[in-house]
Amino acid sequence: MLRIKWPSQILLVLALIFSGFANATPSDAKVAGFAGADYWQVVKKGDTGRTQDQGAEAGQLINVKGEEWRYWRNQWITPAGAYAIGGTLALLAIFYLLVGQKKLDHPRTGNLIERWKRLDRANHWTVAVLFIILAVSGLSILYGKFFLRTALGDSLWANYIMLCKLAHNYLGPLFVIGLLFMIVRWIKHNFFNRTDLMWFLKGGGIIGKAHPSAGYMNGGEKVWFWLLTIVGIIVCASGLVLDFQNFGQVRETMQIANLLHAAGSLILIAASFGHIYIGTIGTEGALEGMKTGYVDETWAKQHHDLWYEEVKGKSSND
Amino acid sequence: MARMKFLCDSKRCIECNGCVTACKNENEVEWGVNRRRVVTINDGEPGETSISVACMHCSDAPCMAVCPTDCFYQTDDGIVLHNKDLCIGCGYCLYACPFGAPQFPSDAAFGERGKMDKCTFCAGGPEEDNSPEERAKYGANRIAEGKLPMCAEMCSTKALLAGDANEVSDIFRERVIYRGHNDGAWSMSEEDIAYDATQKV
Ligand code: HEM
Ligand code: SF4
Ligand code: SF4
Repeated sequence: MLRIKWPSQILLVLALIFSGFANATPSDAKVAGFAGADYWQVVKKGDTGRTQDQGAEAGQLINVKGEEWRYWRNQWITPAGAYAIGGTLALLAIFYLLVGQKKLDHPRTGNLIERWKRLDRANHWTVAVLFIILAVSGLSILYGKFFLRTALGDSLWANYIMLCKLAHNYLGPLFVIGLLFMIVRWIKHNFFNRTDLMWFLKGGGIIGKAHPSAGYMNGGEKVWFWLLTIVGIIVCASGLVLDFQNFGQVRETMQIANLLHAAGSLILIAASFGHIYIGTIGTEGALEGMKTGYVDETWAKQHHDLWYEEVKGKSSND
Repeated sequence: MARMKFLCDSKRCIECNGCVTACKNENEVEWGVNRRRVVTINDGEPGETSISVACMHCSDAPCMAVCPTDCFYQTDDGIVLHNKDLCIGCGYCLYACPFGAPQFPSDAAFGERGKMDKCTFCAGGPEEDNSPEERAKYGANRIAEGKLPMCAEMCSTKALLAGDANEVSDIFRERVIYRGHNDGAWSMSEEDIAYDATQKV
């Protein structure tokens, strides 16, 4: 169990404050009002009383979970997220330096195959741009104070971090809509099958000359899809809980939402670096598909052979 | 150097809300924001006890540790203050605070809470002492004038004490002795920390 360290000064004052709780009979002059320990235990566990203050949870004297939330956010999530993000970036950099770009094995044929419809691409880039804005603003909220405040100076920092909060809180719900649309639209491509198992056993063919078979989506892409679906929904749901505090959710709900939100989004941010790497400098020809909607036959044959044959089969049947 | 603290003698507090009113008036706090509140436990039952609470100016302040904009600062007297120009109204200080001290003027969708407001120990904010800007944003700065917080000064039963921690506990210790009780005001047996009111700290 987490042992909460109360600063000694607060302890003293708390000791003084709660000292007078009575649990003896009022007629017992010797101890009337001073047997505080049991009473204090109850208050410390979050007992509530009556107050004229109309504010949310005003009747509660002690916010029991506050220190625990601080502990998890400051001692675990903050450093772990930094390691996850830094580590992923370092691994990708090393990988790029050692292995380099995955080139096309054969020259381009010049024949193009349609891979992504206009709506798919619009959906992808909307979600991607919103993701990047949310990631940058969210990371600033988590890590900005460690270096940006000194780097920018107070007045720039104040404006920047306010902009981050506004961008995050207003664009967040748009991201939710975009992500849900994407999940519904693409889920049909992403169910795992035997081909994916072979694909994983061959390590995705990233290293060496192996060319594991793949359909429209390969195993790695499907993993990214399901990560975005499952963790993404957790991040979106917890984000909505934090964003619409007007429904009066209590502090404890927000603390849990914040931890889930921060942990989930840090996982997604780290994973997104891998996705962005593979989609851009990691693989020759991959970005074209999402940019123009079309890919070269050579690329299709090399990376998604089963899909290529399916498309060819269809067009020769026509 | 003084170490400023509040102390509420729950044996004396009669739940008159005078401190709440004094604070509101002295600091002209926004509508809906209460820097201080009085909570009554076991209201109407034997052992009814009232306590006045506001920001306790923690030594290792949780609000300060979680604020994403780093807008809090602690004065040499141990008073925890904040800079409203930096506050983004994220609410993190309220999630962390053990006493529910941080208050927000608004509660609208999209996390629109406005700038956080809390008890300043009547010590204003980062602006120039007793300037109109300071007054508008943070209320009074009595500390700069050598005065103690208005809530404690106005308390009709002197239940609420404010000032240097040593002086405050001296006063309280004397009271406890007069009440004919000498086995310690309160002890937190679980953590084995006891405060014996007859002993000097
Ligand atoms: C996948 C995209 C997202 C990423 C990468 C992300 C990232 C983050 C991060 C790192 C934080 C800071 C956590 C902390 O300081 O403890 C944060 C806070 C927050 N996020 Fe997100 N987030 C995303 C999506 C969303 C969505 C969809 C919503 C709302 C619908 C949302 C609403 C919030 C809110 C309300 C906060 C609290 C900060 C504040 O109110 O200023 N986020 N986010
Ligand atoms: S606002 Fe709360 S956490 Fe911060 S110093 Fe005051 S009592 Fe402590
Ligand atoms: S509401 Fe303001 S003072 Fe409180 S943690 Fe957020 S930015 Fe800091």
